[in-house]
Amino acid sequence: MIGIEHYVVVSSILFVLGVLGIFLNRKNIIVILMAIELILLAVNINLVAFSAFLHDLTGQIFAMFVLTVAAGEAAIGLAILVQYFRGRGTIAVDDVNRMKG
Amino acid sequence: MIQVFAFYLFAVLVILSGVFTISSRNPVHSVLWLILAFFNGAGLMVLVGAEFIAMLLVIVYVGAVAVLFLFVVMMLDIDFAELRAGFMKNFPLGIAIALVLLAELVMGVGAYQAGALALGTPDGTAATPDGVSNIAAIGALLYGRYLFLFETAGIILLVAMVGAIVLTHRERKDTRPQNVARQNARRPWEATINTRPEVGKGVEL
Repeated sequence: MIGIEHYVVVSSILFVLGVLGIFLNRKNIIVILMAIELILLAVNINLVAFSAFLHDLTGQIFAMFVLTVAAGEAAIGLAILVQYFRGRGTIAVDDVNRMKG
Repeated sequence: MIQVFAFYLFAVLVILSGVFTISSRNPVHSVLWLILAFFNGAGLMVLVGAEFIAMLLVIVYVGAVAVLFLFVVMMLDIDFAELRAGFMKNFPLGIAIALVLLAELVMGVGAYQAGALALGTPDGTAATPDGVSNIAAIGALLYGRYLFLFETAGIILLVAMVGAIVLTHRERKDTRPQNVARQNARRPWEATINTRPEVGKGVEL
């Protein structure tokens, strides 16, 4: 029998995979953005699973808002990435020290 | 029985494609694995009856976000082999942190199974109505109780769109863009002339 625990375990594993992806591909910002998308997918699976578990639709509504923010984040992130690549010719995260922050 | 089979199929596939997303050598393959992960995540959501979010996931992520990633990966001329240089060096630290995180999450689930904290039940204002489809129920909630949040989400998308255009747009020297004001200000008598040339003589322009 599949219960809420199964869903929580799947989304935990997916979340950890996303975090691991950020650590493994520390130089490649495109894969880092994809790992963030994986993390948000894990969060969405969790929200939807609990929404079904509690018979409460709020979780699904908020999963939709997470989706909205994720789409905006991907668009802005990739735009910054393209702009950065035009100026520097590389996307290695180590070299991002232009603003000396 | 079919539900159990479908759950394990989707769960195994979503985790496998997550693994390949973060470990592929070629970022194009990473994007394709990410698309598979989103499809299987949508499958997991359909299994619990959230078909609207599942459709949204397929349309928004696979149709828009993943294609955006594909475009960027294919358009930029990047030496990906060089970017992977630190992969093995970062491997032990990454695995260690991932294992700590996973241990914490598993401990949470284990503690829940040993006896959950009683946090009360939902107040029922957003309870799933019987006999109404998932989309109708979400629509009623979204355009009623969450109307302002919904509008805010629309504004966020608008800001993201304007921001992306402003960031990537550049003025080129060699293009001749349309000047609408000048076009509209132009009148026929400025652009054309009537002449009555004599027979056998040309027209002086």
